[in-house]
Amino acid sequence: MKNLFKLFSIIILIITSNSYSFAAEKVEYLKTDWSFKGIFGKFDRASLQRGYQVYTEVCASCHSMKYLSYRNLAEPGGPEFSEAQAKAIAASFEVTDGPNSDGEMFTRPGKLSDKFVMPYDNVKAAQAANGGAYPPDMSVLVKARGGGVDYIYSLLQGYEEAPSNVSLDDGVYYNKYMYGNKIRMAAPLSDGLVEYGDGTNATVEQMSKDVTTFLMWSAEPHLESRHQMGFKAIVYLIILTILVYFSMKKIWSRVESEV
Amino acid sequence: MSDHDYRPKSKVGQWFNDRLPLLTLANHLTDYPTPKNLNYWWTFGGILTFCLITQIVTGLTLAMHYIAHADMAFESVEHIMRDVNYGWLIRYIHANGASMFFLAVYIHIFRSLFYGSYKAPREIIWIIGIIIYLLMMAAAFMGYVLPWGQMSFWGATVITNLFSAIPLVGEGIVTWLWGGYSVDNPTLTRFFTLHYLIPFLILGLVVLHIWALHVPGNNNPVGIDVKKPSKDTVPFHPYIVIKDGFALLMFMIVFAFFVFYAPNILGHADNYIEANPMVTPAHIVPEWYLLPFYAILRSVPDKLLGVVAMLSAILILAVLPWLDTSKIRSAVFRPLYKQFYWILVADVLILGYVGAMPAEGLYLLIARVATAYYFLHFLVILPVLGFKEKTLPVPLSITEPVLGGSPNLAAARNKESKIE
Repeated sequence: MKNLFKLFSIIILIITSNSYSFAAEKVEYLKTDWSFKGIFGKFDRASLQRGYQVYTEVCASCHSMKYLSYRNLAEPGGPEFSEAQAKAIAASFEVTDGPNSDGEMFTRPGKLSDKFVMPYDNVKAAQAANGGAYPPDMSVLVKARGGGVDYIYSLLQGYEEAPSNVSLDDGVYYNKYMYGNKIRMAAPLSDGLVEYGDGTNATVEQMSKDVTTFLMWSAEPHLESRHQMGFKAIVYLIILTILVYFSMKKIWSRVESEV
Repeated sequence: MSDHDYRPKSKVGQWFNDRLPLLTLANHLTDYPTPKNLNYWWTFGGILTFCLITQIVTGLTLAMHYIAHADMAFESVEHIMRDVNYGWLIRYIHANGASMFFLAVYIHIFRSLFYGSYKAPREIIWIIGIIIYLLMMAAAFMGYVLPWGQMSFWGATVITNLFSAIPLVGEGIVTWLWGGYSVDNPTLTRFFTLHYLIPFLILGLVVLHIWALHVPGNNNPVGIDVKKPSKDTVPFHPYIVIKDGFALLMFMIVFAFFVFYAPNILGHADNYIEANPMVTPAHIVPEWYLLPFYAILRSVPDKLLGVVAMLSAILILAVLPWLDTSKIRSAVFRPLYKQFYWILVADVLILGYVGAMPAEGLYLLIARVATAYYFLHFLVILPVLGFKEKTLPVPLSITEPVLGGSPNLAAARNKESKIE
């Protein structure tokens, strides 16, 4: 029994240590307390709502979020705007619809069922407007980067003067957390760039944390129910395992052998 | 199967069983005499059956929502993750289930290596097992392509390109495999079809695997033939069923941990970027369970020979029953083999590690040494060991030691519990 436990802990250890850690030159990312980490991790609603504000006022001018719909903003486990608020948010965007009965495309205010409106019509248009670099879609961005939330959080605060031995082309910026340190995005945040409705002080650090929290939710919208279900599932399995263990002992007591 | 004399009690049962002896089969499966000293390493057969069924059930559900098209595959996976009820759960079980499947199969294979389960009269079981393992790798590789992320696309490109190493017809074969001049929509749709087919082939082979097992019966930690049924055996039900069930539950706890709390830790972040033929990722790496073979492939400077080495590394296992010349099955009674066994385990783990690292400098050197040792183990050490090794005396039965008491049985038990 003890041995079995040892076996399983070794297995977990081997697998997790085998997971890819590829950052060629390892940089220490900035650390902060994420409310969504851990077995009972949940999103901070206020932070998600502020994060949405940062996304929509700052990031959304270049970065799309094509897998999200406005209805998601009112769903449980997310920013949980009221339905009226989400409807108002959706209605503030112009959505192209159609063709109508005359065969014409037309625009109308957004509805809850609409996907987030994209800043550019297509990838080429996005590249043309950004000096050839495509601002990546942000829907699953956190999961698409090795360092995850810590990487995004650090990157947003990682803009610095380039060291004297690094020469930068026009439209390229120095960021100490970026792979290769060169990034085509200018520092997107500055203190007081947005005005938070709840009176929170909009420092770069605060905005970075809020928008990263929002991106974590957008990449894993069911994170909260996953954590809750996982806890129940594992507790259930542990209890069942204990019961089966004693049944096994009872059954095997009939034969002269150890289990 | 010696239990042909079974007769159902009820009239209806007899009527049915005379026409289709399903009840005889059920009786055979429950009564199946199993050595009573099987340790927990023997529970992985049942665990693997569970893994296969889990993959098939979750896979069928995913296939109802997935769209096998280069322009829609990535989006349909996001649709499953966001909008399908419990789609995230089904997909994470399926994705992590593949890793769990391989974890269990590696333990199963290495158990067989330790206790000599591949030796006569169980060669056919072993060879069917190797075919299952090959099909598993094919299924896993093609499954990883389906989300159509960057690692999907580039992994598929690298692996299918291996066929171009074949002289003369190589290029033609690759074009034929792709259904075009690069990995594209035709590749995706055929991979989806094959990914759907292979699990059912595996299922059929698993039936043969178990059938072949039930002819000689299980090997056991002492590695001796046992009389069946006898004091050395217990009926499969309830003894082995409950033990397998207990081990399976332990396994499911580990499984659940990954699914609920670290669902992406075994995958590569790049696979959440949609496939882009114009952008090559910095490092193209296969899933962790293929890394040792990837290391062998890259350790050979010549492309064709690298592919040959990689394939030989797997196929050499199929002839293992004839490479191992020792008559003694269990490593418990083979002091030298036991040491070489653990060196092989370390060697494969090292290969897995360097397979994940860039193929240059020290890593490449280590990969070459480890590759050479891998083949040395099977081609030289094992055949020679059978003649040179001084084995320990083997007890005559599991329960009753040799007349006068065998000191080795106690030693054997001791050692078993140590490695358990």
